[in-house]
Amino acid sequence: MIGLGATWFALSHGTAFSAITIGAWTAWPKTGTLDIDPYARAGIARSGALPVSLGDGVAFLSRHDNAGIVLDGRCDAIISGITPQARYWTITLYDTDGRFVTNSLNRHGFTSHEIARKSDGSFEIVVAPRARPGNWLPTSGIERYVLVLRLYDTPVGVATRTGREVPMPAVMQRGCS
Amino acid sequence: MIRWLLWLLGGVLLGGIVHLSTVLYLPRTATQDAYSRLTPITTVNTVVTLPSSSMPTATLPFMDPAFATAVCRYDLSLSSLKLTTPISPAYTSVSFYTRHGLAYYAINDRAAGRRIIELELMTPAQHNQLPEEEDITAADRLIIESPTSTGLIVIRTMVTETGQLPTVLEILSQAKCQLQQQQSSK
Repeated sequence: MIGLGATWFALSHGTAFSAITIGAWTAWPKTGTLDIDPYARAGIARSGALPVSLGDGVAFLSRHDNAGIVLDGRCDAIISGITPQARYWTITLYDTDGRFVTNSLNRHGFTSHEIARKSDGSFEIVVAPRARPGNWLPTSGIERYVLVLRLYDTPVGVATRTGREVPMPAVMQRGCS
Repeated sequence: MIRWLLWLLGGVLLGGIVHLSTVLYLPRTATQDAYSRLTPITTVNTVVTLPSSSMPTATLPFMDPAFATAVCRYDLSLSSLKLTTPISPAYTSVSFYTRHGLAYYAINDRAAGRRIIELELMTPAQHNQLPEEEDITAADRLIIESPTSTGLIVIRTMVTETGQLPTVLEILSQAKCQLQQQQSSK
C-alpha cells in the first residue's frame, strides 16, 4: 500500500529530477530528451502528454505565484516582466489535468506575437475570473489552474543555471473576488 | 516493541520495492498514453492533421493552443520512412517520439535551413543495411534513427494570428510520410 501510494503521489504531483526553477516557474528540460528520468517517463505515459522536445523548446510550469501561494482561479494574478531569449514564446492556462478552460472569448493563452507590450518591451497579463482591460487571460473562476510558458528556438536548456541571464516574468496574486 | 519496529521496517522496505517497480513498469502498461490516444484518429504511416487544439476536448493534454498540429503515427517494421513537410512563414518544428512518448529528436525550420523539411526515419538495423556509398554520396540526406519500430512524428506550426489558420492548415496538408518500399527489398 505504501509503495502504490507513493507511486500515485509521485506521478500525480509531477515529480521529476533535474528541474530548473526560476521564480514561480519550473522546467524539466531533460524530460524532452531520451535522458528523461523514470518518474517523468511514467508521468507522461500516464497523462498522455507529449513533452516539448528539447530541440524544439522548453516548457516552464507554474502552480504558484512568486510568494509561493497556490494559483487560485477566483483571484486576480498578474504576470509581468520579460521572457528569456527565444524566437517565439507562448503562455497558456490549463486546469490541473492539462485541459483548456472554457471561456466566452475562447482565449487560452497569449503568444509573443499578439501580446500588447509597454514601451520598454515588457508585458503584463492579468489572469482573472472577470474581464479586465489589457491582456486578460480568463480563468472562468476554476479553483486551481496551472500556467505554462513555452520558449521555442531558445538557448535556454539543460545547461541553464538560474540567475540573472534568464529573466522570467513575475507572477503575483492580489485580491480575490 | 522491537518486533513492531521490525514489522514496520519490513513494510516500508516492501513498499519501497513496490513503488520503484511500479514506476519502472508503468510506461509499458499505460493505456492512455499519447500513442494510444492518437491510434483511433490516425492511420498508420500517414500524416493526419489533429482537430484544433483550442477545443476543451483536445485529444492530448497540455497542447499549445497557438499551434496547429499534424501527426504521423509510424510503423517501420516493413521499411524505412520518408517525411517531407513544407514550412510555414512563422515557426515549424518536427518532433519525434518513441512508442511510449519519449522525445528523441526535433528539428525546426531554421535548423533545416530550407523551404522544406525532408528527413528519413529508420531503425538502427535499417540504417546499417544502407549501402555504404549511398550513405556517403548523399551528405545532405538527413537520416534519423528511431529507437523503437513504432512511434509518433509530430509536426507543429505556429498560428501567429487567427486569420493565418487556413494557410497553416494548407501547409500541414502537404506534409507527407511515406514508406520507402524499395529499400525493404534489399
